Amino acid sequence: MGNAFNTITFDKGRCDGCGDCMTVCAKLPGSAGRSRLSVIVAPDRSDFELAICRQCGQPKCVMNCPAGALAKGEQDGIVRWEGAKCVGCLLCTVGCRYGGIVPHAEARQMSKCDQCEGDPACVTVCKSGALSFNRAGALYNRVGNLEDLFAPGLSACQGCNSELLIRHTLRHVGPETVVATPPGCIAGMGAVGYNGQTGTKVPVFHPLLTNTASMLTGIRRTYKRRGRDVTALALAGDGGVVDVGFQSLSGAAERGEELLFICVDNEGYMNTGMQRSGSTSYGSWTSTTPVGKRMHGKSRDSKDMPLMMMMHRCEYVATASLGFMDDYYAKLDKAIAAAKRGMAYIHVYAPCPTGWRFPSSATIETCRKSVETNFVTLWEYTPDAGLRFTRPVDNPIPVEEYLRLFGKYRHLSPEQVTHIRQTTVDKVKHLKMHARAAEEARQANDVPLKGE
Amino acid sequence: MNQTTYLIAGSSHAAIEAVAAIRMVDPEGEVVMATADQRLPYSPTILPYVVSGRTSPETATLRGAAWLEANRVRFLAASPIAEVQPDQRQVRMADGAVWRYERLLLATGARPALPPIAGLAAQPHHVLRTVEDALALQAAIAGARQAVILGAGLVGLHAAETMRKAGLGVTVIEQKSQVLPGYFDGEASRMIEKAFRDHGIEMVMGETAAAVEAQDDKGFRLQLAGGGERAGDLLLIAAGVRPVTDFLAGSGVDLGQGVLVDARMRTSVPNVWAAGDVAQADRFLDGVKAMAGILPNAVEQGRIAGADMAGDSAVKPFPGSVPLNTFAYFGNHAISVGALDEAGAVIETHAGDGCYIRLVIAEGRLRGISAINHVVDAGLMWQLILRRIDLAPVLQDFLARPHEIGRVLMSRLWR
Repeated sequence: MGNAFNTITFDKGRCDGCGDCMTVCAKLPGSAGRSRLSVIVAPDRSDFELAICRQCGQPKCVMNCPAGALAKGEQDGIVRWEGAKCVGCLLCTVGCRYGGIVPHAEARQMSKCDQCEGDPACVTVCKSGALSFNRAGALYNRVGNLEDLFAPGLSACQGCNSELLIRHTLRHVGPETVVATPPGCIAGMGAVGYNGQTGTKVPVFHPLLTNTASMLTGIRRTYKRRGRDVTALALAGDGGVVDVGFQSLSGAAERGEELLFICVDNEGYMNTGMQRSGSTSYGSWTSTTPVGKRMHGKSRDSKDMPLMMMMHRCEYVATASLGFMDDYYAKLDKAIAAAKRGMAYIHVYAPCPTGWRFPSSATIETCRKSVETNFVTLWEYTPDAGLRFTRPVDNPIPVEEYLRLFGKYRHLSPEQVTHIRQTTVDKVKHLKMHARAAEEARQANDVPLKGE
Repeated sequence: MNQTTYLIAGSSHAAIEAVAAIRMVDPEGEVVMATADQRLPYSPTILPYVVSGRTSPETATLRGAAWLEANRVRFLAASPIAEVQPDQRQVRMADGAVWRYERLLLATGARPALPPIAGLAAQPHHVLRTVEDALALQAAIAGARQAVILGAGLVGLHAAETMRKAGLGVTVIEQKSQVLPGYFDGEASRMIEKAFRDHGIEMVMGETAAAVEAQDDKGFRLQLAGGGERAGDLLLIAAGVRPVTDFLAGSGVDLGQGVLVDARMRTSVPNVWAAGDVAQADRFLDGVKAMAGILPNAVEQGRIAGADMAGDSAVKPFPGSVPLNTFAYFGNHAISVGALDEAGAVIETHAGDGCYIRLVIAEGRLRGISAINHVVDAGLMWQLILRRIDLAPVLQDFLARPHEIGRVLMSRLWR
């Protein structure tokens, strides 16, 4: 598996233009007095943009250097500049299309971001949180070296992120696992197996849509009785969680069963022809909420499943999106630990190229947009600490930017868009209420949430 | 008989990038890189800096033995091709060895052009295209007092600065009426020319050499077409380059000034590609096939050729070469990207305080930008030109602050 690399990311919605990043960078020894990143005010003064070396996979600056003075680190991906070899010809600036190279023509040298060799000063100094150091690259490398416990050749639709999710998840959860894949895309793509062979290298079974949590309960209890600590992992779709599987899951949560339950929410029964589910968002076209003279997509709001699981006071509840892999991994670690004590539930929002009508190349971008618009919120809950946003978006971009990515929303009337905008705001407001209560409790230094 | 899947003739930027592109899709296929050069891959662009002592041939190796090994390239130094026989899919090397290939890349580059000067063949003179040339020139500078340089292109001007700093008297003779013709417009060129004059270099513009003859034991006397003459003891010919295509005579490969190629760098003959200074590809700005002779274009062409040779289905056709030049001289820096002028274009120039900037805008799109002592992201401007980005909504801002606004535009395009 090839190397993945960490990266400095910029959330322009959070940037306040203070310039501390540039000030601190310019003072670093490698900068020779000129910041190696620059925050630029857009011409209409509406927002900020960042020019910084993107440590390209195939760096054109390296290709254009006649002196062999630039090279990409094989291990960490940092494009490094060697002053002793540089002749100051500036041809690297012809290669770079991102404004990532700072010429020092008078000194016949150049400088560029080296991520401060793993601890970027600009990120440390950024108070607004606009700059962050995404360490997902290191995660990919670590997980990439673990055994892939799914068989090759799963037949998910092109662009589906469920395969990405389940391969990462099972690698990380490890071989001491029994997997349940109820009817749905994950079973359908071959995870459960064909012709008497399983699609996984660990035991996997195919419960009914209704009884996933019950069957896993029995498996976890049986192994525990025999003295084996086996993770009982469900990889279920939203149909099997939010609708018909809800009863058994709710019961297991109420009993505090020790399960790691992951819901991959693609907002409908996509495997069987894109029927609506309780998790389908308002206004969505599906095959059972068509668009015509009378119907204009789904007329009801979706259930908020993770919030309901929080109300069960599970050991751990979190939401996740594969646009933010490091966030997901942090949560998966906590969930694995919590599943030894009780119910751990992760709700992964999973855009579906086939059912939602968008290009298969855009899945991760749609994940990012869902979070940047606050259509999807990333948070976690434990009975002790309450609800906490893990990636708060204080200045969301308009939700229309998210809606227009998908064919399933193409028909939306202005009134429907207004409704979605309002429910998005309301949902965040409601979550913030919980977050604030948890924060106040923390500051008052009492922990009332568990035993109140 | 020797045989290989990929035969790469040449070892500089186009050749190296072709190998990298091949290895992206074909990790297994045999690659042989045969070059006329004696050394590991290096860039001709580095040579002026070898002459000045800023770097050395050893430090300036472009890709070393480790890279060749990691990419499983069999490297044949001092192996110029003598003949290509496309019907047999084989080449004959100068030493008589025959290599069969499945796919052949011609990346043989260029060699110095020698102007028609009576007596030149008999007169010792220097050129600058190989490391050996550079070392010879460096040695000659150490023992010379008065240099004459024919040509005020990048090689000639680099050498002029180096020689002047080494204490030589220097005369630069340029056929055209300005320095760096084709790279900078008249006004910018005059600023650059002035910097050279201010450092005591004699700049003779619009003049050519007619004849040269030996004088004393190691000197020479150069007759100018305009009637004057110059004496010296170091003669550097820097009057441009000619593609290395002589070995293609009778091969059936269509030649213009160089090897004619399409947007995938394919020549007129099956299984033969060409890239870099030897290739004659479309120009972006006017669609005419012309020699480019510019490093970043060689890089692009090499990648495309390699990808196409390896059957990479994602290969993107060559958008056309764009003039791209950077030049650092006497503590100043100059950059030019794209057109210097264009019929019907809006030209915006600002000059003053030793700085200069010129923007060429046509139909709301950037066509060219050149600058002296202004920081300009050349690669970013290149993309604005290639992608024909509509600047109309931000035109006034862009004209006032091309550097910042260019960065904003590219940041948004990238997302």
